[in-house]
Amino acid sequence: MKRVLSVVALTAAIFAVQSASAQTLKQVKDRGILNCGSNTGLAGFGLPDAQGKWTGLDVDTCRAVAAAVLGDPNKVKFVPLSAKDRFTALQSGEVDLLARNTTWTSSRDTQLGLNFTGVNYYDGQGFLVRKGLKVNSALELNEASVCVQQGTTTELNLADYFRANNMKLKTVTFASSDEAVKAYDSGRCDAFTTDASGLYAERLRLATPGDHIVLPEIISKEPLGPAVRHGDDQWFDVVKWTLFAMINAEELGITSKNTDEMLKSSSPDVKRLLGAEGAFGEQLGLGKDWALNIVKMVGNYGEVFDRNVGAGSNLKIDRGLNKLWNKGGLQYAPPVR
Amino acid sequence: MSTELKAGSPPASVPFYNDPKVRSIAYQVALCLIVAALVYGAASNAIENLQRARIASGFGFWNNVAGFDISQTLISYSNVSTYGRAFWVGLLNTLLVAALGIVFATILGFIVGIARLSKNWLVSKAAQFYVEIIRNLPLLLQLLFWYNAVLKALPDLRDSLKIPGGLVVNNRGLFLPAPQAQAGFGFVELTFLFGVLAAIAYSYWARKRQEQTGQQAPVLLVSLGLIVALPLVVFLIAGMPLTFDYPQAGRFNISGGLEIVPEFAALLFGLSIYTAAFIAEVVRAGILAVSHGQTEASYSLGMKPGPTLRLIVVPQAMRVIIPPLTSQYLNLTKNSSLAVAIGYPDLVQVFTGTVLNQTGQAVEVVAITMAVYLTISLSTSFLMNLYNSRMKLVER
Repeated sequence: MKRVLSVVALTAAIFAVQSASAQTLKQVKDRGILNCGSNTGLAGFGLPDAQGKWTGLDVDTCRAVAAAVLGDPNKVKFVPLSAKDRFTALQSGEVDLLARNTTWTSSRDTQLGLNFTGVNYYDGQGFLVRKGLKVNSALELNEASVCVQQGTTTELNLADYFRANNMKLKTVTFASSDEAVKAYDSGRCDAFTTDASGLYAERLRLATPGDHIVLPEIISKEPLGPAVRHGDDQWFDVVKWTLFAMINAEELGITSKNTDEMLKSSSPDVKRLLGAEGAFGEQLGLGKDWALNIVKMVGNYGEVFDRNVGAGSNLKIDRGLNKLWNKGGLQYAPPVR
Repeated sequence: MSTELKAGSPPASVPFYNDPKVRSIAYQVALCLIVAALVYGAASNAIENLQRARIASGFGFWNNVAGFDISQTLISYSNVSTYGRAFWVGLLNTLLVAALGIVFATILGFIVGIARLSKNWLVSKAAQFYVEIIRNLPLLLQLLFWYNAVLKALPDLRDSLKIPGGLVVNNRGLFLPAPQAQAGFGFVELTFLFGVLAAIAYSYWARKRQEQTGQQAPVLLVSLGLIVALPLVVFLIAGMPLTFDYPQAGRFNISGGLEIVPEFAALLFGLSIYTAAFIAEVVRAGILAVSHGQTEASYSLGMKPGPTLRLIVVPQAMRVIIPPLTSQYLNLTKNSSLAVAIGYPDLVQVFTGTVLNQTGQAVEVVAITMAVYLTISLSTSFLMNLYNSRMKLVER
């Protein structure tokens, strides 16, 4: 009888596994560590360095969430995910948050049951070609072979662009970006296509980066952003406002270096954001100093951009669309009040 | 057991729940119910959880527009085709590489297997070297080696190798002149069909005659004449109604002609060479399993070495060879899914890769793919079992 009981108990344990949908914030706090879905390796966005420390724009987004929720930007476990596995990993609860240069599209937002929390990088798809081909525009690529990573919006945009311009296309599809780039480098394809930010990152890995150019055409809108699961509004708010806090901090001139002085600021906007006034952190289910931690430990949006992909990095990508709204870009965050 | 019970004539007072027979049936029924309940519970729980996580939502995606391109298609396909069409493209690509791989691996495997038994020291050592090297390296590594070796070694588009006869080779693939049938080629096809049927009929008649009279007929020569020479004569009479579409170098790629992409070549090459090493060992084992006494008996009956091999050794060896050969065929088919590593658009790459990604229907897509591989494998082993039962020792 005892044995029967233990079997029943075991079965109950197996079956009681609930889909972890509604309490992500509590789970993360209890666990003491944030599980973050990351790229397997894309310079500027998510890449472990020689010491095994993850760096990148998406990585810093995760660190900012960890700083806001747990008060420590290093309490993050990065789970490297391929383009294929990323949505399943988020849906099944393996990761709390997916920050993996993922394009916000309607079908991902609805059918896959994700919630995109904002846009941390406005991107667009471009082409990388050899200088020797003497191609100046993507419109001259009729009948070209193009290497592309599968399972991406890139693959679909590519087919659409060639169809819309009545051009013939030969795609060679690879499971990972690595393999696609390698095949392009060895001459299998005339062009390699991915988001423009990725093109700059991948170009650095080619045998002779100087022999390749990025064509001027941007053929698609690729708003990249972090995503969470449907059905957990509290967690959705936390991740969303983490990004907003970074953008607001840049707008208000708060940087990781001057947080202590800014705490004494008389500006009500700064006071509200840094928790010196009001209870906006508590309303999110976080501490008073949530935004202070983000900026102090990770930085504001401008610092993070500059350090990972902008002038302070190897990629040296122009801020372009990612400038603040009041500087001619698209980055705009609702106010904290 | 029951007879013993009868013999022992049990006391009438034993209640039914102490009857071992009733008890064992009751336990079995209870166990079945528990297992059924477990399976039902697990399945419904899984379905509910999957639906809540939005991982599963039916097969409705099948008829949606796919929107991506595929590099090698045996049937017409464009990016406005459906996911279902993409599935068939991938499946046909898998079947193509598996079927050709089986043919090449079998031919190469038999040659190497027989070579290993050769009395020539150099030939047998070379065969052994081949088997030991190929068999002991992971297939994935070999595929990557062939793919990168093939790609890196071949020249650029601009320095394409032009082989006499209209062949062009470069790192975009191998381009052959594509034959184009002109008016009148139908006659040649008809003659060929007639030749094949006539050859079958002739060999049937020859066998019957040999069974009755013992007279042998030159079956091979007559068949060759019927299948090859006759259509050739018709072809010449009809004024050679066949032209070739030669590959032409364009700005980026070669247009026209028949294209063999390097991914396909690498995969076919890798699979054939790898599986051939195993088949060689199967063949060697099969031949060694036929006792030498059989050969000696055949010689003492005055048979020459050729007929001895063909009529005495091989039929007996085949009985040992076929079952393990079947599993090698199954392995080759399943291993073709490693295509995903080198960008060949097989079923796994197209369907479990791109389609799964674009639709997000992981459970459905993986289930369909598994069902397909199961069907292919079961069909292969069914055919091989048929062949096996034909080759089996007939006991009288």
